[in-house]
This record gives sequence, C-alpha cells and structure tokens, in this order.
Amino acid sequence: MSGQSYPALGLIVALPLVGTLINLLVGHRLPRRLVHWIACGAIGFSFLVALLAFFDLLALGHGGEGTTSPALTYALYPWFESGRLAVRVGFSFDRLAAVMCLVVTSVSFLIHVYSVGYMAGDRSYSRYFTYLNFFCFAMLLLVLADSLVVLFIGWEGVGLASYLLIGFWFEDPAKAMAGQKAFIVNRIGDAGFLLGLFLLFTFTQSLEIPAIREWVVAGGAGGELYRMMPVPFGVAVGILLFVGCVGKSAQLPLYVWLPDAMAGPTPVSALIHAATMVTAGVYLVARMGFLYLAYPGALAVVAVVGLLTALVAATIAICQTDIKKILAYSTISQLGYMFLALGVGAFSAGIFHLMTHAFFKALLFLGAGAVIHALDGEQEISAMGGLHAKLKLVSITFLVACLAISGVPLFSGFFSKDEILWGTLNGSMLAPWGQGILWGVGLITAGLTAFYMFRLYFMTFAGRYRGQRVDLAHLHRPPLSMSVPLVALAVLAAVGGFVGVPEILGGANRFHHWLSEVLPGQPERLSHLWEGLSMAASVLVALAGIGLAWQMYWRRIDLPARLADRARGLYRWVSNRYYVDEAYEAAVVRPLRSTSQLFYSLVDRLLIDTFLVHGVAFAARVTGLVAKKLQNGDVQRYGLFVLLGLGATLFLLFLG
Amino acid sequence: MGLSGVPWLSLVIFGPLLGAIGIGLIPRDQKALLRNLAFFSSLGVFALSIPLVLLFDPARGDFQLTMQQFENVAWIPALGVRYQVGVDGISLFLIVLTTFLTPLCILSAYRAVEDRVKEYLIALLVLETGMLGALAALDVFLFYIFWEVMLIPMYLIIGVWGGPRRRYAAVKFFLYTMVGSVLMLVAILYVYSQGEVADFSVEHLWATAQGLGGRAQLWLFLAFALAFAIKVPLFPLHTWLPDAHVEAPTAGSVILAGVLLKMGTFGFVRYAMPMFPEALQVCAPYIALLALIGIIYGALVAWVQSDVKSLVAYSSVSHLGFVVLGLMALTPQGISGGTFLMLAHGVSTGGLFLCVGFLYERRHRRLIADFGGIARVVPVFSAIFLVIVLASAGLPGLSGFVGEFLVLIGASQSHSLHFGPVEYSFFGRVGPSVTSFLFAGLATLGVILAALYLLSMVRRMLFGPVVHEANTRISDASPRELAYLVPVVLAAFFLGIFPGFFTSRIEATTARLLEVIEGPGAWERTEEFLATVAEDRHSAAQPIANASDDRDQTGDFRVNAPGDRGPQGRWRELVQGNPGPMIERLAQGQGDQDLTGDLRRQVPSGVGGRSDLPEAFTGDRLAEGRLLARGSVDQARIEGLPVEVPR
Repeated sequence: MSGQSYPALGLIVALPLVGTLINLLVGHRLPRRLVHWIACGAIGFSFLVALLAFFDLLALGHGGEGTTSPALTYALYPWFESGRLAVRVGFSFDRLAAVMCLVVTSVSFLIHVYSVGYMAGDRSYSRYFTYLNFFCFAMLLLVLADSLVVLFIGWEGVGLASYLLIGFWFEDPAKAMAGQKAFIVNRIGDAGFLLGLFLLFTFTQSLEIPAIREWVVAGGAGGELYRMMPVPFGVAVGILLFVGCVGKSAQLPLYVWLPDAMAGPTPVSALIHAATMVTAGVYLVARMGFLYLAYPGALAVVAVVGLLTALVAATIAICQTDIKKILAYSTISQLGYMFLALGVGAFSAGIFHLMTHAFFKALLFLGAGAVIHALDGEQEISAMGGLHAKLKLVSITFLVACLAISGVPLFSGFFSKDEILWGTLNGSMLAPWGQGILWGVGLITAGLTAFYMFRLYFMTFAGRYRGQRVDLAHLHRPPLSMSVPLVALAVLAAVGGFVGVPEILGGANRFHHWLSEVLPGQPERLSHLWEGLSMAASVLVALAGIGLAWQMYWRRIDLPARLADRARGLYRWVSNRYYVDEAYEAAVVRPLRSTSQLFYSLVDRLLIDTFLVHGVAFAARVTGLVAKKLQNGDVQRYGLFVLLGLGATLFLLFLG
Repeated sequence: MGLSGVPWLSLVIFGPLLGAIGIGLIPRDQKALLRNLAFFSSLGVFALSIPLVLLFDPARGDFQLTMQQFENVAWIPALGVRYQVGVDGISLFLIVLTTFLTPLCILSAYRAVEDRVKEYLIALLVLETGMLGALAALDVFLFYIFWEVMLIPMYLIIGVWGGPRRRYAAVKFFLYTMVGSVLMLVAILYVYSQGEVADFSVEHLWATAQGLGGRAQLWLFLAFALAFAIKVPLFPLHTWLPDAHVEAPTAGSVILAGVLLKMGTFGFVRYAMPMFPEALQVCAPYIALLALIGIIYGALVAWVQSDVKSLVAYSSVSHLGFVVLGLMALTPQGISGGTFLMLAHGVSTGGLFLCVGFLYERRHRRLIADFGGIARVVPVFSAIFLVIVLASAGLPGLSGFVGEFLVLIGASQSHSLHFGPVEYSFFGRVGPSVTSFLFAGLATLGVILAALYLLSMVRRMLFGPVVHEANTRISDASPRELAYLVPVVLAAFFLGIFPGFFTSRIEATTARLLEVIEGPGAWERTEEFLATVAEDRHSAAQPIANASDDRDQTGDFRVNAPGDRGPQGRWRELVQGNPGPMIERLAQGQGDQDLTGDLRRQVPSGVGGRSDLPEAFTGDRLAEGRLLARGSVDQARIEGLPVEVPR
C-alpha cells in the first residue's frame, strides 16, 4: 500500500477522544449547552477533517494498473513488541477506510445533533455525550487502524461503549443486564477473533495489515500461498476472524444481544445500528478481503451464515410488536445481507449496502425515537396508529426510509440491494444452482423486508390511533434539533444510491469502480440480461411485500389476527423469537452456573480444602496425639522401650 | 547522568526499614504523625526507585544497577554468602510496583486501622523491605532471608488486624507458605553443596544446578516449583488465598495480591526455570496444564462468589494462571507477557482491593448483595471502580490486555506445550503444535469468563436500584481516597497505552533467560529460522519444494533425534536414567562417565555457539529448526561435541 504521511488522520480519531475527556472530567460542571457543543463539535470537526482527507485521497489518483491502492498513512508510535511480534499504532486511510470514515462521522454527527433534543431532559446529560463521543472514537480507531491488534482496541472499545450506553439508565436492572449481555456476547466473538490473530501470526509473523496483505499477495503471485499457509489453516483463520464479526455484527448464532440492546436511549440504537459497532464486522471482512478471496472456503461460510441470518431475522421481525425490536431484527437481517454480498465476493456491493443502510436505518431509528418521544415512551406499535396527521415530517421521512430499505426503485436501498442480488447470481463461489439458491433466498428476504417495514409503517402512521397513553392533540412535537437530522438523513436515504447506479441503468457505477482498487471485484459470469431480470424480480418482490402489508394492515386490519389464530403454534414460535434466548439460558448459562457452583462447593471447599488441606492437618494432629502417648514422663516405660528396641536390634543383627 | 554514583537499590530496599525505625521512636498515641511518617517514607522510597528505571539499560539482559563497592560485598565469607543486589528487566518493574503500591496502601489505612496503628505501619514497612530485598537479591542466601522476612509481617497483618476468622486464615497462610519454603531451602542447600566453590550467588547456583544429573534436577525442580506454586497460587494449592484475602485488612490484601503472589511467579522466572532447564522441559506442559485449569476454574468459581473479596481472590487465581501459562510457554511473548501481566495484575487487583476497602470502610460489609445501585450515590468512586474492573477484565487500552494478549500469543507459538512427541506441529515439526493452540484456545475462554464474573459483580454492586437504605448515605471519594485511587487508574492507563515502555525493558531479560534455559542463542536461531522460512515463502523466489525436500532428507535424523521423544520420553530418561541413543553413544565414546549426570561438565566452556555445530546440524535449516524445536534442548546442549548424527 503506497502511503503518504498525513498527520491529520490522527485528528479524526483524536477529536472525539478530546470531547470524551472534557465531558468526562468537567462535563457535569459545564452548562448543558456547552456540553453538547463540545460533543457535536468534536464529531463534526472530525467529519470535516475526514472530508478533507477524502479530497486529498482523491487527488492522489489511481495507483495504476496492478499496483496497490493509494492511501494516506500516519504512524504514531510503537505500541509494544516482543520477539518477532511488533505492534505499531498507526492509521491508514485508503478508499475503503475513507468510505467508512465518512459514513461513521456524518451519520454520528447527525445522531449527536438529534440527541441534543432527545436527551434534553435527562439528568446525566454530560455522561451521555461522553459515551457518545467515546463510541465514535473507538469506531474511528477501528476503521483507521492499520494493525489488527490496534484495530482490536477499537473493536473492544465499541463493545465497551455499547455496554455503557445500553445500560445507560442503569437503575433499571433489565437495562443493566442488557448492557452486560451485549458485552459478554461480544466477548465470545472477540475470543474467536483473538484466536484468528494467533493462528494468522503463526504464518505471517506479523499482524500489521499492510504486511499481511503484501505477504498474501506475494505468495499468491507465485502460486506459493497454499504452501506458505495451507488451505485448512487459511480457512480456519478466515472463520475465526469471522467469529469475531458474528459477535460484533450480530449474526447467527450470536445475534441475541442486539434486540436487547434496545434498552439504551433511541439515538444510541441508531448509532449502534447505523454508524458504529455492528458495521464493524462487515468492515473487517472487507478489510481482510484479500485473505478471504485467497481462501474462498471461509467466504462460503460467511455467505451461508449471512444468508441464514438475513432470513431468520426477517421472519422474526414480522411478528414483533415493539417498534424498536422490529428495527433491531431488521438490522440483523440487513447485516446478513451485507455478509451475503461479501460471501459471494461482491465486496463493493456489501460496502455499498453498508452505506445506504447506515442512512436509512439511522433515519428509521431516529424516526422511531421521534414517535416514542411524541408518545411519551410508548413503544408498542399496537398502541400507535394514525400518527401521520400529527407528525407529518416524521411520517414522511420514515416513509422515505421504508421505501429505501424495501428497495423501491430510485431510492438508495434499491441500488445497493440490487447489486447484492446480482452479485449472488453472478458469483462463482458455489455451483450455479448453489448461487441460484442464495439468490432465491435473498429475494424472499427482500420481500419479507418490504412486508415487515410497511407493516410497521402502516400500523404506526396509518389508520386510527389505538393507544391511550397520550392525548393526540398534545403530542410532543420534535424540536428543531431532532427534525433537521431527520430531513438530512431522508435526503441521503433517498438519493444516496446515485453514487452507484449500475451500468444497465445507464450509470457509471462510480462507487464500485472507486472501491475496486481496494476491494477486488467479481468477474462477470453472466450477461447483463440476467442482471436486468434479477432487478425486475427484486422490484416485483418489493412491491408485492408492500402490497401485502397494505392489504393486511391498512385495508383489512382484521386479517392479521385471523391469520395468527389460524397458525397459532407457528405464530407463537416465531413471535417468541424461536425461543433462542430461552434455549441459551437453559443450555449454556444455567449449566455453566451450576458447574461453577459445584466446583466451588464440592471441589474447592470439600475436596481440596476439607479433605486434602484439613486432612493433612488432621493427620499431623493424630500423629501428634499418638506420639504424645509415648512421652508421658513415665521413666519405667521409657526403660521398657529402650529394652524392646535393644532386643529388636540384637535380634535383627544376629538373625537377620 | 550523575545519578549512577549512588547505591539506589540499597537505599530503596532499606528505606522502608529506616522509616519503620523512625516510627518506632514515635509515641504510639501520635497516630497522625505515625501515619504521615509512614506514608512519606514509603513515598520517598517510591521516589528513590525512579532512578532505577532511568538508569536501567534496556539493551542488557543480565543483572545490572549493582554498585560494586557497596552492593557486591562479602557478608559471611566462610559460606560464600555475599550482600549482592541488582536487577534485571523483570525484577526492576516488580520493585517499582512494590514501591508504588505501598504508599497507596498506607494511605488507604489512615481510617481503616485505629487499633495498634504503630505496629501496623511498622509491619507494612518491614514487609516492603522484605519484598524489595527478595526481588533485588542476587545471592540466594540473601534471597531466602528476605523471603522469610516477608512472611512474618504478612502473618501478623492477617492475624492481628484481620476479620473474624483471622487466626485461621493467618495460620493457614503461614503453614502453606512454610511447607514450600522449607523444601526450597533444602533444595537450595543441596545445589549449593554440589558447587565446586562456596558461592551463593544466583548465577553460580544457576550454573551448578544446570550441571546436575537429570534425576536430581527433577527432584530439586519440584521442590522449588512447589514453593513457588503455593505462592502463586497454582491450582490446586490455592485454597489459602481466598481465606487470607477475605480476612486480611485492605492494605494486607493489596500487598498480598499486588506483590506477594508475584513472588511465586518471580521465583519461577528467577530460580526454578533457569536452574533446572532439563527438568523444566519435562514439567512445563504439566505446570501449564495446572495453570490452564486455574484460569478456567478460578474464573468459574469467582463467578459464584457472594463475597467481593473472595471473588477478587479467585480472579487472582485465574489471572496468575495466565502468568504461569506464559512463563511455561517458553517463548519471548509468553515470558514478556507473563511479566507484563504481573505488573498489570498488581495494579488492577491492588486497585480492586482498594475499592473494596473503600466500601468496607463505609458499610463494614463485603457481600455483593449488601450493595447495589450505588453508582448513583457515589458516581466518582463508581467510575474509578469501573475503570479498574475493565483493566482487570483485559480491555485493550488498559493494563490487562497487552499482558494477556502476549501470554496467549506466546502460548499459541510455544514449542513446549505438548505432551506427546512433537508430531503435530504445523511446519513439519518446527514451530507451534496443535496442543499449544489448544492451550491458547482454552485459555482464551478465561478472557470471556473474566468479563462475565467481573461485569456481573459490577452490575450487582453499582447498577440497579438502591436496595439497602444504608447505601443511600454513603459518601463519595474524599481527597485522601482520590489520592490513592487516581494513581491506580493512571497506572492502569499508562500500562495500557504505553506498554512498550515496559516490554522494551523486559525484552532483553527474556531473551537472556531463554538463552540460559535453552542453551546459548537457541531461541534466536529458532526465530531466525522461522523468519527465513517466512522470508523464503514470502519472496517465493526460493520454491518451498526445497524445504519439503529437506524435510524428507532429514527423516532419518528425526527418528534418532531425542527431540522426538516428547515429555514422556524425556521424563523416562530423567527418572530411569535411560539416556537415549545419542547420549548413550556419546557416553560410550567418553568412557565411564555418569550417564545422567555431569554431561554438561564435560562440555568445554564456550561451546554451543553457532559455529561449533557439526555439519549435519548446519547443513540444512529445517533440520536446525527442528533441532531447536522444543524438546531437543538436551541435544542443543551437547551440540558442540563431535557427534556423528546417524543419517
């Protein structure tokens, strides 16, 4: 990776950190206005610096055919070293990192601004913004790090930030528990990530991304890579790193923390789901794309896990009634979609979807937040309805987001989702029928997505108001600080896809070409006719989903209840999220706990301490008691012992 | 710098003792004066220890900072006992850790102890001298004296100022430690008696012990290992620790967890490992297994504790398991990481006990259930507590991570962590084996479990609603309390953000230690070898086919190489005196030498360097690498001899 030293990269990361420190140390003494100015300013300037860096990266131009992509780099200091392992803290800003950086800082900035209105009444205002800034710091560190170990600081850092923010209202034990669950489930993934690093290090003797990249590229050139790192090991490395992504990006089977993460304030959900945290896994796989492409076996795992997650989460989302939970499962499903794209080798499509998803999912969460805010904390969509008239702005922006996520033509999600579907069809990782299955299931998921999103939309904004909690005439309307980000995100969600208009629609697919230097593209296996067919199918499915939702939740609102009644067992199973949480509780948590209890009371206290330790002490005492008898001061008895001893000795001497 | 003309080490070691004498002269009712004097004298000792870090030469791995006129003088000439002190990269930071923690402990005891203040402070300061002396001693006799000096004040601190079951805990602590110490004494005296000259210096004893026969080495190693394993404590010798911690007063717990436990791991590094390399080869995987059990078992048991102190005590069992695992991996990362983790654990666990003491002072309760929701009541304290907990849980950027990371990566790269022959390694038997990865993988579970038990403790103590009315009135940290909590937090950050400051000074010592253990230059050559393999593969200029040809060519060599026997084979050889074909051949050539013993002495001094290798060894790199793979150390030992390697 040809690099050019660019110290401003340090600023992108440092600004949110400075914001964190100021608000942490003195925030509670500062006026609220200053607190949020510092926090928003920190991330806002970080965005501006990232933008500058982006333009400077553009100015660097192409690396040329066959060379590595241009990047801005900045080496900070050597972190630690031991033996052959040397870890440096340094940043690198290549095209992939640039996209990620811009998405993270821009969306985070809008969420920061929105929070000013949303959290206005909270008593821990400065603590909130401290955590928010810290979240961005960790995420940016993760994005910019050019060593996998430094990346891991950010990786665990976002885990910590989510722990703190999910449990932000820690007086509620359930919320504190949700935060803890998020951290621990993430840690399970992180352990896999660490093992991946160890295995990788065994072969590469380095954990710096550029060095690994060079190593892989050099090996691949001579066809020697599989001798250097045999296939099973390479695949294992890929899968272990992916385990980390499964935890961080909430994929099967480690997705369980994300729905619970709704316990945090709603803007935090937006942050976790759109900009920071869950996209980290997708980013990592893309970042290490060169490795995954060299070991496609690992990519197949990524594709299958992504696909299954996309489907399963979408089915769960259909039966949820909590507005934030629906969105949470939707995120899990969409992340699965991104992994599907990566898994079939359509890396730029995955990153493209990551970007558009950031826009519309942030918008959805912020919109949901505005609804919850207006309804005084109500989250059940069964107690909503008819809000369009009262919350016009929220309703319209929410509609834009729904259209985008459903893949309605010309909205951003349309382009990215379409590219993913095309990627699955066109890919050559599996046999053609295998690719066909991936495409088909992806298509079904797209339909489900359109359906549950519009179910949500109609139940919230259409029809009559069904709740009692607030008087509709006196809704809390969102203040300016909340509505401006909504509008900004709506614009992005609507037109954000135009950076990647595919060729068959007359576009240049700039996004794809721009990233192609960092992320290898797929060879075109099928003709553009297929691409057109795939696109038509996805549009049809989206419209069908929307139509069905319109039928069921607008026109014939008695239908859902009747259907649920008809398929009662299935409905209960799905609406209870397939009892996955319960299964984990019964199969993992409880046995582990009883084992630990057993270890403590049986092994530690009884076996080791009582039998062994006290046993030795007891033996010593018994010996003492017995020996004591021998020394009772009775001279005659001593004499007897002497005689006996003498006799025995003589006996042995002469006869033995 | 003009700093070098001062016997800093001696000043540091005896500074606390001077303070203790000063305290002895002050009337016992002047409590404030007593406390201040103790605090400032220990603070002064900390200040005196800073020049040690400044003067330390990171490039050197041997003992340094000895001031020859004062600090290397005969003490009991008839026995060859000297007053000799010095530091290497490992003891340097443990000394600084000790001088750093002691003033904080004394500060934390300003309110906690009202009864017999004078004696308490004297005990703490004498304890500090004992610890510092044991860390700095370069004479084994001196070391043993300091080792025992530590024991008595700690026994008193637990037994006099402890909780309700203090007598039981103190006696248990004392007896446990004594059992190990006595065996160690016997072992020391035996090694001493085998030396050709009367000399107790560490390096002389290393050399003498290394020259001993296999069976003797094994027994002596076990004696040392037992003494240190008790101190660590290694599963299943750990049950004294929870009792001692639960009963000890705060300062006692801090010192116990922060420094005393490290005496065990330090003992391994300084004495048991370099003295008995051959026995170490045999025992390393088994000790590592105990450490691994300790990691997981300690974490699980910690999870179900209801008493905070006992939870932290079991967490120490788990964390120290990581340290021992790293040491037994016998890789640069493992040993450096283990050393770094000793420091990190000292800071974070010391900090945890300070936090528990903070709460105990207010509520006189130690059960987790006695708290809950106090984050709202004492926000500053809670933030500090959380940072220390996260440091203990190994969050990157705080103290714990780098140590655990290095230990785990060191274990995964280890050549010593396997029970069978070296058959299962990745590169034709050079480099890490499958079992070493299993060790690393299972130990990584400990990282998950650490988050589990620590965060559920935090949740139950800090979060949720305030359930006990008494908890609504507790006061947040006072300036004095901040003065001992904030340095811990800063240290945790410093260790996490600038670990290179420490690892760069530890590295040379680690390299030297591995050299002593594995023979001169062995590790570097393995490393070089791995590097060249990586390089070859990297450039792809030299087709790897060559290397695999080598592998085939050396098949015969491998069969006869003792390196393939695995620990059981080595064990058998050590215990039964079955020397293996190579040594047998050698012994026949050499006449009627004792097969198992004294081989080393026949080796002319200075051999073992790279240039002395017979052609068969230097011929191909792969063979060399395999030779240097763990398990073939005894061969590396005799590599300088004119041996025909059977082909």
